[in-house]
Amino acid sequence: MKIWKDFIKGLWEENPTFRLLIGMCPVLAVTNAAINGVAMGLATLFVLVCSSTIISLIKNLIPSKVRIPCYIVVIATFVTIADLVLAAYFPDIHAVLGLFVPLIVVNCLILGRAEAFASKNTVTRSFFDALGMGLGFTWALTFLSIIREVLGMGSIFGFRVLGEWFTPFLIFVLPPGAFITLGIIVGLMNTFTRKTA
Amino acid sequence: MENDKLVITSSPHIFDDDSVEKIMYGVIIALLPASIMGVYYFGLHALLLIVTCVITAVLTEALFQKARNYPVTIKDGSAVITGLLLALNLPPGLPAWMAVVGTVVAIILGKQIFGGLGHNPFNPALVGRAFLVASFPVAMTTWLSPVDATTTATPLGLMKLEGIPTDYWSLFIGKIGGTIGETSALAILIGAGYLLYKGYIDWRIPLSYIGTVAVLTTVFGRDPIFHIFAGGLMLGAFFMATDMVTTPITKKGRWIFGIGAGILVVVIRLWGGYPEGASYSILLMNGITPLLNRYTRPRVFGEVKKNA
Repeated sequence: MKIWKDFIKGLWEENPTFRLLIGMCPVLAVTNAAINGVAMGLATLFVLVCSSTIISLIKNLIPSKVRIPCYIVVIATFVTIADLVLAAYFPDIHAVLGLFVPLIVVNCLILGRAEAFASKNTVTRSFFDALGMGLGFTWALTFLSIIREVLGMGSIFGFRVLGEWFTPFLIFVLPPGAFITLGIIVGLMNTFTRKTA
Repeated sequence: MENDKLVITSSPHIFDDDSVEKIMYGVIIALLPASIMGVYYFGLHALLLIVTCVITAVLTEALFQKARNYPVTIKDGSAVITGLLLALNLPPGLPAWMAVVGTVVAIILGKQIFGGLGHNPFNPALVGRAFLVASFPVAMTTWLSPVDATTTATPLGLMKLEGIPTDYWSLFIGKIGGTIGETSALAILIGAGYLLYKGYIDWRIPLSYIGTVAVLTTVFGRDPIFHIFAGGLMLGAFFMATDMVTTPITKKGRWIFGIGAGILVVVIRLWGGYPEGASYSILLMNGITPLLNRYTRPRVFGEVKKNA
């Protein structure tokens, strides 16, 4: 039950993107097309799950004074793996995501879960917490990028879904579109799920 | 101890009969000359855009306030002004549905989302315009000639890209390409005169804004008269840089606001990527208005200057 709770909270209740508003850099930067959002979400999911598990395993070996550098070394290892895998098998996506893949190292979502959860909890709980958070991050990025791609280019995953009548709103594939879309989604989520006072 | 003669209240002690409604309708009256000139030069489609924007603005405000359970305040005229100002900032050939999109963005993202009139940090009409420019860059920079309704360029565009000047008289009466309301300096000045006479706008911002543009363009060897009358500077200086909500409330702050906006206009016009920068200059200065208000707060009477 506890494990289920650890897993499920990242999906909605404590969704890292729409609720905790952490890891905003990739959220705003790479969600201009659905495929980029999915790829970024999955890469982060992989790094998050692996690093949280490892950090939870070795949490008793890490001296507390140098724990952040130790976390970074673990995270950077998995980011390098994700980076090289993307470059080898999906060179197109890798070229688009570019700098944002190495930047997963400093994504505060991953460091935050390591510091706040994995370093204090058991391996199993850390694994499911990371899985929930990672999936929450992935669906949030996918959702955001689908909205932006439909409005900004009239397509989803590169397939045109809106007919010729549709004039794309260029702003949604530009940086301001990311802020506007994210703000509106967070506002709507808060409006409809606000606990009655 | 009831005493009708002795009334004890806190400040303010001076009242007049101005109200939000009265000032807003005053501004609408002042915008009429520019609107009429716009329709005269650019024809029925300009009228259609103006009507569309005004109706959309009022409807959007009413629906949003209904949906959020706020009191509906469409009668105060501020939505009408936002719609009208946005329409005057649109190219005359713009498709009407784009004008609707811009108006909805102006009212919801520019104003209501911050809590309605008095709480918005940026000028709503300019937010709508900036959204449209970023969304539909081609449609928002397709200008029509008032003479034969063919596609033309604005005087600033002609000057920047091809080095062709426009004669002063055309600039003054507005026989040039541009947005619906910005072309005729004459019509804008008539409206501005009315607002200044009524005391609804402060002369400091328009003066420092236009003055800075004049001085800087002279310094950099351009024609100051051309730069004052071309583009959206006039409309911006009198109707958008003087917005009570989004500009400083202190006198010193207003001077700084006008000078800053003037510098931005000249920088964008002479070295920037766009031919015109009036709308962005006002939006950027809107952003630092709270800071200006804070740092130019006048000394309370009797307060001693602190020694640093």
